[in-house]
Amino acid sequence: MRKVLTGNVAVAYGAMLSDVQVVAAYPITPQTTIIEELATMQADGLVDMDYIRVESEHSAMAACIGASMGGARAFTATCGQGLFLMHEMLHYATGARTPVVLANVNRAAAAPWTIWSDQTDSVSQRETGWIQLYCEGNQEVLDTTIMAFKIAESLRLPAMVVLDAFFLSHTSEPIDIPDREQVRDFLPPFDPGDLWLDPNNPRTFGGITMNDAYMEFRWQIQRDMEKAKAVITEVHEEFARVFGRKYHQVEAYQAEDADVVIVVSGTVASTSRDAIDLLREKGQQVGMVKLKTLRPFPREEIIETLKGKKKVAIIDRNFSPGATGIWAQEIRNALYELPEGDRPLIYGYIAGLGGRDISVKVIESIYQKTLKDNRPDDVDMWIGVNYV
Amino acid sequence: MGRDLEKYLRPEVKSTPFCPGCGHGILMNLILRAIDDLQLRMDEMLFVSGIGCAAWIPSPNFNADTLHTLHGRAVAFATGAKMFNPKLKTMVISGDGDLASIGGNHLIHAARRNIDLTVICANNMIYGMTGGQAASTSPLGALTSTTTEGNIYRPFDLCKLVIGAGASYVARYSVTQPVSLIEAIKKSLTIEGFAFVEVLSTCPTQFGRRNRYDSPTDMLTMLKESCISKQEAEKLSPEEMQGKVITGEFSYGGT
Ligand SMILES: Cc1ncc(C[n+]2csc(CCOP(=O)(O)OP(=O)(O)O)c2C)c(N)n1
Ligand code: SF4
Ligand SMILES: [Mg+2]
Repeated sequence: MRKVLTGNVAVAYGAMLSDVQVVAAYPITPQTTIIEELATMQADGLVDMDYIRVESEHSAMAACIGASMGGARAFTATCGQGLFLMHEMLHYATGARTPVVLANVNRAAAAPWTIWSDQTDSVSQRETGWIQLYCEGNQEVLDTTIMAFKIAESLRLPAMVVLDAFFLSHTSEPIDIPDREQVRDFLPPFDPGDLWLDPNNPRTFGGITMNDAYMEFRWQIQRDMEKAKAVITEVHEEFARVFGRKYHQVEAYQAEDADVVIVVSGTVASTSRDAIDLLREKGQQVGMVKLKTLRPFPREEIIETLKGKKKVAIIDRNFSPGATGIWAQEIRNALYELPEGDRPLIYGYIAGLGGRDISVKVIESIYQKTLKDNRPDDVDMWIGVNYV
Repeated sequence: MGRDLEKYLRPEVKSTPFCPGCGHGILMNLILRAIDDLQLRMDEMLFVSGIGCAAWIPSPNFNADTLHTLHGRAVAFATGAKMFNPKLKTMVISGDGDLASIGGNHLIHAARRNIDLTVICANNMIYGMTGGQAASTSPLGALTSTTTEGNIYRPFDLCKLVIGAGASYVARYSVTQPVSLIEAIKKSLTIEGFAFVEVLSTCPTQFGRRNRYDSPTDMLTMLKESCISKQEAEKLSPEEMQGKVITGEFSYGGT
């Protein structure tokens, strides 16, 4: 079945088709239409779930963790300030090994207040141990929501589906709705094994550890995050076999023979494809890499893809004050282990904060600057800022 | 709003952000009336708000220090500001969702400390700004964008909650009771200790539209008909009390 859906409604379809059992949520623009759509789906009998209208995002995540520990498939959605408020619970979800799935609509941080898009909210959760899956279009949003449950549950790690505010959340696109029975085959009910709040097998959870055990718990998370890279690839492949659409943690476009490779994530990927097509028509050797996963960071794949390139331009719609854009940090970190001759020059660009448009023109100017400059003039370069 | 109150408004602010017919506009006027009656100086006042439509009542409109904070946190910010500068008359103006749902914990703890703050809660029974979802103040059965079959939970009685937590002054009036409301706001500004005024406001756009109040006037009429005094309430049977709200002063002078 084909429908014209906004990114937010696509998330709701993804959760509904995944037979989510518990949703706990608090409204916040521009996420709210996800949880409104789910409330309507429940009222229409399309999904058999408990819906908890909690009093804050902190409670939303707490309720999801509680439900997940009870063996339920739990879901919530938020953005910006809501995700910041959840921060404490995000760490807990990982430590408790609860495979909660959360859709985050990228919204910039206050103060000053804004509702427009940038990635500061999700990249600020980099260290919480959540798998983070960024999306380029609404089809990818729906498909990724379904895949997120499968990835999370097989690793017992929580997963975040990330989509840009308004560019996706409130923009409609024609998308394929996967067949429900096929989704059920692809994603069987959540099996918590013997690690859940089973009244017939009482156990105590969330106890205290001493310094002889804590590190082992952390190490297990790290071990499973490393495993996640292979799991995500397997899930992508299985999804492609069943539904005919293939996703990648690292996707190269026209990058093979490119002198300059532009690295992007989220909706900027679509704009970049257009920019690259236009530049290629003018005979420019330029390509693109789209990153889908921030955590686990696909280090090996990135090294493989960018090895031997001359120049890599990274567009970060986020930044870490006092350091650089987050994707640039990750890529610099990964590429450092290459021998000097294979190591590209890294040009880090900060653009599009607070929803400022990253147009084809902006991407072209980033390309031209990268091509022209023998070295980057700074560790990161801010695009389109009126310095006052 | 009367021209005589314009002196309290920031000159560069031209209009309010409210929908036509929103009850918050009436409240904005009444707060300034109370300030005018008391001849308070705007340079000795601090207005703190959270996030929501009601939070736009003082900010940026009032020509004083206005602090627009985070959703739910206005009372905590105000506590800090007041503690450091106790001479400031500090008034928190925000919505039901902001003060009582996500910010409920700050509200009861400020009341418990009985800190000298005035809190005006514009209760329109819904999260107006985000598009009309059920809040902890939405009535049983209310149709909202997250309760399309009707809300199944009871709302808070905010006045009882705050009295229970130890507030000094607690009153409830609706925007359809302007004279009493101005008096209550004046008391809340003059009394020492924690003062809380619950103002029954209207959200025709998000609440009215879904609950068959087809015009802003219908919502105001509903409020007029449902608000009764304690004395009137005593004469009514439990059945007759259905759908009624008691307005008046509930606590005066503290414990
Ligand atoms: C942490 C956080 N969660 C959610 C929001 C989104 N949000 C903004 S205003 C609002 C509701 C406001 O409702 P209320 O305080 O009753 O004011 P009203 O708009 O009804 O006057 C919400 C949920 C936010 N800004 N921050
Ligand atoms: S949405 Fe409701 S509360 Fe907000 S301005 Fe409009 S009528 Fe007022
Ligand atoms: Mg409200």
